[in-house]
Amino acid sequence: MPSPLRDLREQIIRAASVAGEGHIASAFSILDILWVLYHGILRHDPGNPSDPARDRFVLSKGHASLGIYGILAQRGFFPMDELKTFASSSGRLGGHPDSRKVPGVEASTGSLGHGMPMAAGMALGLKIRESASRVVCIVGDGECNEGAVWEAALLAAHHKLGNFTCVVDFNHSGDRALMLGDLAGKFRSFGWEVTEIDGHDHAQIEAVLKPHGGDVPRAVIANTIKGRGCTDMENNPAWHHKAPKADELEAVLAQLT
Amino acid sequence: MRRQFVTTMERQLDEDPRTVILLGDIGVFAFRNAFKKHPKRIINIGILEQATVSVAAGLAKEGFIPLFHSIAPFVVERAFEQIKVDFGYQALGGHFVTVGGSYDYAALGCSHHCPGDVGLMQAVPGMQIIVPGHPAEFDALMTQTFASGKPAYHRLSERSNREARCVTFGKAEVVQSGGGPVIVTVGPFLDRVIEAAGGSDATILYYTTLAPFDAETLRQHAGDGRILCVEPFYEGTLAASITSALRGKRIALSSMGVPRKFLTDYGHASYHDAACGLMATDIRARLDELSHV
Ligand SMILES: Cc1ncc(C[n+]2csc(CCOP(=O)(O)OP(=O)(O)O)c2C)c(N)n1
Ligand SMILES: [Mg+2]
Repeated sequence: MPSPLRDLREQIIRAASVAGEGHIASAFSILDILWVLYHGILRHDPGNPSDPARDRFVLSKGHASLGIYGILAQRGFFPMDELKTFASSSGRLGGHPDSRKVPGVEASTGSLGHGMPMAAGMALGLKIRESASRVVCIVGDGECNEGAVWEAALLAAHHKLGNFTCVVDFNHSGDRALMLGDLAGKFRSFGWEVTEIDGHDHAQIEAVLKPHGGDVPRAVIANTIKGRGCTDMENNPAWHHKAPKADELEAVLAQLT
Repeated sequence: MRRQFVTTMERQLDEDPRTVILLGDIGVFAFRNAFKKHPKRIINIGILEQATVSVAAGLAKEGFIPLFHSIAPFVVERAFEQIKVDFGYQALGGHFVTVGGSYDYAALGCSHHCPGDVGLMQAVPGMQIIVPGHPAEFDALMTQTFASGKPAYHRLSERSNREARCVTFGKAEVVQSGGGPVIVTVGPFLDRVIEAAGGSDATILYYTTLAPFDAETLRQHAGDGRILCVEPFYEGTLAASITSALRGKRIALSSMGVPRKFLTDYGHASYHDAACGLMATDIRARLDELSHV
């Protein structure tokens, strides 16, 4: 049975290919998580992207912008066709997502280590206002090198941000630089509730991302494969920041699962 | 320039055992041979720019000459205070080599643009600022400053001039000399300035070292004080250096550089050159304007 995400992967690859730009493998790493988040987990209204009652999602690893653009288009925030304008001078879909331009994008990210603390600030704001909305963010494992991630982890626990969930896209791309070791244990020692899942298993993703009560922030360590769904890209650093040329396109598309 | 950066640093690793290279998780593949040959002295340190600068300072205190390489905003802006205190105030030697200055990474958006790097680095007393216009100039200036014992910022550009100049650290070069306005330009902008000045009697001064600023050459060639500064970073970045060099002299200074606003469009760098009014034709128009002052 073809995966429901195969089409989306194709759109993403085509967009990157037209632009000659894009972090496809980073987007594919989190596509299953994004899919589940936007199909039954996050409250969102494509017709009213700034509805105060919405849940907030922050893509802290902003270089995976093609992933969030694909999902937002699929949900109807803007036409799927707009993906073809990716990274062009006249388009609004840039190499990193811009909250001042793109409906459904909550924070402008791209510099690693900003999105997660911003998301924590949003959760704190919602808590002060006693809102029922929640905040979910996705950080990369490499991004977890940044001190700001751990500074935010400290204060999210201290301020009892039970409305805050941080998903770590643990695809081990960062291992070549710095081993994160027992990531679950690290978050736990910072006062977070932690669950480890297979980040490509929709049932596991759904179960762990359902709203939870309490006043403890939740970390989800999602074991993922960078480039998931395109054979040659899987765990292949050469594809980190690269787009298929026109004459490579068909061969790459043929590998989609 | 990036390829030259690798070649130059491979040589420094071979020749000077004090060399330690810290990569901010970029350029790792390009340096693959160095990783094999000098596994202890080239490190993919990870994505933690602030700590990296301080770690580099620690290495400098232990007698090494550290070099940190990443994308301009993450070195200069993210870790600026670490650079200021740990390297500037403590007067330690080391090198910061960046890519992605101004809008070289146009399509990646404002988080990856950095027209403010040189201006910020100017605010660190003692920082040597180098903007080569050609790979061979990078090699020369890195070699000349490598063991200077002072911190140095090297801004690599995606685009180069067609020919290398014989550059000397701390010195500007007189590319052409005439009786008209004086054009002060920097690194990769030289070719378009030469094109713009074609057939005019402008003097062209070429700077690859911006700090310390070669005031002497400017003073000697300032003519009647009509100065056009064409700079590849924020407009006005060199204005203070120029006015201070010409203190007491009547000058008319016109600056052209990246406008001081967020460049919110994507696309290619050449698109932004045009949008920012930094093409040879724009430079010529400004030169003609100044010629009539
Ligand atoms: C502060 C900062 N430093 C460096 C970069 C350059 N950069 C972009 S993506 C990336 C790797 C990120 O790794 P990870 O967070 O694991 O995401 P993945 O590549 O797995 O999608 C780096 C170093 C950046 N965008 N921001
Ligand atoms: Mg990763």
